[in-house]
Amino acid sequence: MSTLTISPSPHVHSGDSVKKNMYGVIIALIPALAVSLWVFGLGALIVTVTAIAASVLFEYLIEKYLLKVPSTITDGSAVITGLLLAFNMPSNLPVWIIIIGALVAIGVGKMSFGGLGNNPFNPALVGRVFLLISFPVQMTSWPLPMQNTTAYLDATTGATPLGIVKEGLANGTSLSELMNQVPSFVDMLVGKMGGSSGEVAAIALLIGLAYMLIRKIITWHIPVSVLGTMAIFAGILSYSNPEAFAGPAFHLLTGGALLGAIFMATDYVTSPMTNKGMIIFGVGIGVITILIRVFGAYPEGMSFAILIMNAFVPLIDRYVKPKRFGEKVK
Amino acid sequence: MLKTFSLGGIHPEENKFSAGKKIEVLPIPTQVSVPIAQHIGAPSTPVVERGDSVKVGQIIAKSSGFVSANIHSPVSGKVFKIDKVLDASGYKQMSIIIKVDGDEWEESIDRSTSLNREITLSAEEIVKKTGEAGIVGLGGATFPSHVKLSVPPGKTCDILILNGVECEPYLTSDHQLMMEKGEEILVGTQILMKALKVDKAIIGIENNKKDAIEHMTKLAEQYKGITIQALKVQYPQGGEKQLIDACIGREVPSGKLPIEVGAVVQNVGTTFAVYEAIQKNKPLFERVVTVTGKSVKNPGNFMTRVGTPVKDLIEAAGGIPENTGKVIGGGPMMGKALASADVPVTKGSSGILLMPDELSTRGKTESCIRCSKCVSVCPMGLLPYLLMTLSQKAIWERSEEERVMDCIECGSCSYTCPSNRPLLDYIRLSKGTVGQIMRSRNK
Repeated sequence: MSTLTISPSPHVHSGDSVKKNMYGVIIALIPALAVSLWVFGLGALIVTVTAIAASVLFEYLIEKYLLKVPSTITDGSAVITGLLLAFNMPSNLPVWIIIIGALVAIGVGKMSFGGLGNNPFNPALVGRVFLLISFPVQMTSWPLPMQNTTAYLDATTGATPLGIVKEGLANGTSLSELMNQVPSFVDMLVGKMGGSSGEVAAIALLIGLAYMLIRKIITWHIPVSVLGTMAIFAGILSYSNPEAFAGPAFHLLTGGALLGAIFMATDYVTSPMTNKGMIIFGVGIGVITILIRVFGAYPEGMSFAILIMNAFVPLIDRYVKPKRFGEKVK
Repeated sequence: MLKTFSLGGIHPEENKFSAGKKIEVLPIPTQVSVPIAQHIGAPSTPVVERGDSVKVGQIIAKSSGFVSANIHSPVSGKVFKIDKVLDASGYKQMSIIIKVDGDEWEESIDRSTSLNREITLSAEEIVKKTGEAGIVGLGGATFPSHVKLSVPPGKTCDILILNGVECEPYLTSDHQLMMEKGEEILVGTQILMKALKVDKAIIGIENNKKDAIEHMTKLAEQYKGITIQALKVQYPQGGEKQLIDACIGREVPSGKLPIEVGAVVQNVGTTFAVYEAIQKNKPLFERVVTVTGKSVKNPGNFMTRVGTPVKDLIEAAGGIPENTGKVIGGGPMMGKALASADVPVTKGSSGILLMPDELSTRGKTESCIRCSKCVSVCPMGLLPYLLMTLSQKAIWERSEEERVMDCIECGSCSYTCPSNRPLLDYIRLSKGTVGQIMRSRNK
């Protein structure tokens, strides 16, 4: 005891860390990754490995040569961005497009704002939407499930359930007929449907949600408000005209609904700081997603909805305050 | 059903190593230094001079205002000098240094240990005597107790709440006091009830002290109007506002005192001191101090005279472990790191906590990842992440709007932050500045 440390209280810490939270999210994504490999096989593997490697590499290069700051690649956040980017791509996407996506996600979406904690928009979605607009053909040709496990670029492709319904309704086909063309709800639950590599497995994504809730990595507010809003909105539409609008179960199980609500909208950095704010944010995402899906030009609107609501986060945080102590009326 | 407060809160490792250890009387040191500022409010004025002989319990510094407290000699002997000495605050403070000679008490003090249940003084006399005995809040805040007992005109008090929560990890002095001096605390509670003219009192005890809950509940059967409330273990339940919320569901409004909702809170240690002052005529000059830590040999609870050097206490608990990196006066959440083990024990010293080297420094600060955990643990419903940024950027007006002055400095935000951000450090800075701005505006 030569010298005593003097520092202000508190003198103990919970032991929680950025790394623990980030790796927690990665663990929560593993079930969905497993299903993605099972359903899409080799293609999913190539896409995932490329996206993660490129994201981590770009973060490293940008920090080392452009920003000249200490590297943060071990904190796990670049791995998450890469993984989520891969989950949001078709499993037959060429490597060079994936690399461009990772560069935009990390370079533009994250590092240009100053790195982890400073980016207003979800980096993986910035990358994904950039690719969707730049390479609309490649980004919307999805390999068929369970049929291409050894194929990559040459995989046979088909439309997603959302695409089938959107196009069919536009051509005047009735919804009940279209429902026979899309996979059953059971197939949707386990991931046997066309879609981006990581979005198809409802059950696996829900296991991830349960894990993150138990570990207290996230709270229920965002996933529940996104999915609840989607269900209610879709339910109202479907009730008003069952032949023109698909029901809640269809909307929740297809496209990026679960992936978005559980893993993309809950991104710490780009979501609100208060519970009330999180619910407003989630409701906004749910409403915009259904609006785009049902009335918009794209069959899927989750990515746009999240990015649009990301832009509202500073506003939400400015005006939505937590419940203060001492305001309860006796 | 276990009650608790409504907003935020954390549950740090309890580490109550000294739980169940009998209160030992610490030997009187050879010299004590008694700071004249041991309480919130104006420092007392010394009434002895160098060379004076003093007895145990003799007044040596007089209260210098309404919010101030008398200080009594904890030992008998000769005043050696009155000088500035380093104390727990980290600054040199005026202190009365007494060289000990024997242990001669003032004759007026009843040194018997028999329980005296009969309360003969009137409410006014109780308040006056509490003030004379120099009693301050022994939970750590050291607010003069007679001030709390003087209900301001226009306000009414309908309930007394006793704080037996001891929510700080490691500390056990209140716990042990309840186990050994339960009846005295209950008589003290009746004295306080009489002073406040209330017929109801609740003693809040956290559920990690099941033996104390059981013991006190059994004893309280004979005391009308006193109930024991078991509380869920949750920090910072010992905060006055949190405790009132937990026990009776009333929220003290921003910037107001508990009396606003008709409640007065006193710590159980303080209540014991009130018992001794009223029934035994004994002023406050000693208290129970927990000495503890992960590598402390014999963690324990010690009845210690005010002014005793902290190192004597550590010695009694088996000496300073080799790897000690930090000595904390108080608990790990709100205690103060001491600059030296030579500083004296004061009325507010609830514990001495020794931290090993590896737990003495903080982790590396990283960027805020906006995880919102600081917001969810804040018991006052504040936005610690925002208050820190506002403080860094010196935006004081907005800090005030965001209620920085509501912060009770419990440290839950800094404790929780995965990025190890010094949230509370910056919030304290902001409180200091905003407080000054507010006071100058009111002038």
